[in-house]
Amino acid sequence: MAAAERSRVARPQGDCAEPLVQAEQVRFAYNGESVIHDVDLAVRPGEFVALVGPNGSGKSTLLRLLLGTLRPARGRVRLLGRPPETVRDRWRVGYVPQRPVLTSEVPATVREIVSTGRLAQRGWWRPLGGADHRAVEHALESVGLGPLADRPLNELSGGQQQRVFIARAFASGPELLILDEPIAGVDAESQRRFRSSLVHLIEDHRGAVLLVSHELSAVARDVDRVVVLKRRILYDGSPTGLMAEGVNLGIHQEDLPLWLEELS
Amino acid sequence: MPWPIDQLPYPFELTFMQRALVAAVAVGVFAPTIGTYLVQKRLSLIGDGIGHVAFAGVGLGVLAGLAPVGTALVFAAAGAVGIEELRMRKKASGDLALALFFYSGIALGVVLISKGEGLPLVTTYLFGQALTASAGDVWVILGIAAGILAVAILLRRLLFSVVTDEDWSIVAGLPVRFANNLLAVLTACAVVAAMRIVGILLVAALMVLPVASAQVIGRSFGGVLRWAVAIGVFSAVAGLAAARVWGLAPGGTIVLVAAALFAIVGVARRGVTARLLQREVAG
Repeated sequence: MAAAERSRVARPQGDCAEPLVQAEQVRFAYNGESVIHDVDLAVRPGEFVALVGPNGSGKSTLLRLLLGTLRPARGRVRLLGRPPETVRDRWRVGYVPQRPVLTSEVPATVREIVSTGRLAQRGWWRPLGGADHRAVEHALESVGLGPLADRPLNELSGGQQQRVFIARAFASGPELLILDEPIAGVDAESQRRFRSSLVHLIEDHRGAVLLVSHELSAVARDVDRVVVLKRRILYDGSPTGLMAEGVNLGIHQEDLPLWLEELS
Repeated sequence: MPWPIDQLPYPFELTFMQRALVAAVAVGVFAPTIGTYLVQKRLSLIGDGIGHVAFAGVGLGVLAGLAPVGTALVFAAAGAVGIEELRMRKKASGDLALALFFYSGIALGVVLISKGEGLPLVTTYLFGQALTASAGDVWVILGIAAGILAVAILLRRLLFSVVTDEDWSIVAGLPVRFANNLLAVLTACAVVAAMRIVGILLVAALMVLPVASAQVIGRSFGGVLRWAVAIGVFSAVAGLAAARVWGLAPGGTIVLVAAALFAIVGVARRGVTARLLQREVAG
């Protein structure tokens, strides 16, 4: 496959750089039941981190803690070096939700939705300028939605709709991109474009990617680190290391992403 | 009224009709503008709810001898923000929050009015009195219309983002609470500005019916917004003219024209309407 032909590009591992997002000894519980237990995690500039784990392992909860829409019961979260709720320039973090709860009572075009990705950066009270429109077009092209830009969202397939939300996150030119199962059900062409735009973000802009996904063979060779979560962190290291160690983690082999097998 | 308004032919040749026309066209522009955001937010009935809260404000104004428009605006704005805050804090679902204010408002209005002697005046606000609008009334409506349009156009992308995807807008760092409360206050202003023309009972109709037709025609949010305004203005002009020619109640006639347009658009694009209804049933 086209994605696999390109080998992983050596890039500086920013161990010394300030993490873009960091969790320290983070705990969280729903109704007294521990969901996240003593989690330590850091994503630094230039890193591509995949977060995996079985259903109900707390992946989405952890993302919400990192983004600051949930507060930890214990421990500390830092987003762009600050407590998440005090981060002013949130546009530096792009977010692609798992199942966007997007109302489409009124038809809205792909371009109208992707343009909202520029708002926070531009200043929501200011009209969009030439640079914003170019960034929107660039984001649309990077996920292959240029020809569909003026189509209403509700006329698009599920996979195409998901690409709209990825483009909206790309539009602000984020330093950190957080994606929650972004390509479930996305066709191969979309996956290929998705991969090249993630690699572009990491290599050319020294951005970082934190990706929650099960089926992601398209980027298998680009991932630097895999983090296995099952309420606590069971593994944090290279994908090849995980294949060697996976059986000892106390999780079922089928709960590991299929794409890991392509690496062994 | 200055030229060219005072040169208009029948049925708009008289001064009171010209004032009613200007006011109705203004309502035809701003009500569907706000309504497009409200429909997208799935709060189509909020205009009705705020209208009932405004009714309590009218009751207080009449009882206390204050300007009913002023007290109605204060009540409507407070009620609109209250509904929004309840909804945002997930203390109550959108339509439950709406119902709370809706019924409290109408009950308080009835109690206040029963204490006073202002019943005849109250019917003005319930059913609208487009034909008795004074020059002062028209200027108040035009002023509120200009304010609503300026905000709704300048901040259209923010409002669009928040009504379309509130959860993402929060994560993206947009001022979601501000935008929601702003839209609530704009809705209150629109309700109060329009109640003299179409009446509290029908004001919400002009926020929703033109949008319902425009949804069938438009293929983008901006397109729906422009179609909704065009349909709103047409309904206002045609409804007022029909009211004069056949001696009908202007507010009700304007709304009936808007409803008839929806039926026509629906038949013309039957397939699309069927799909919309199917989605409603499925949802």
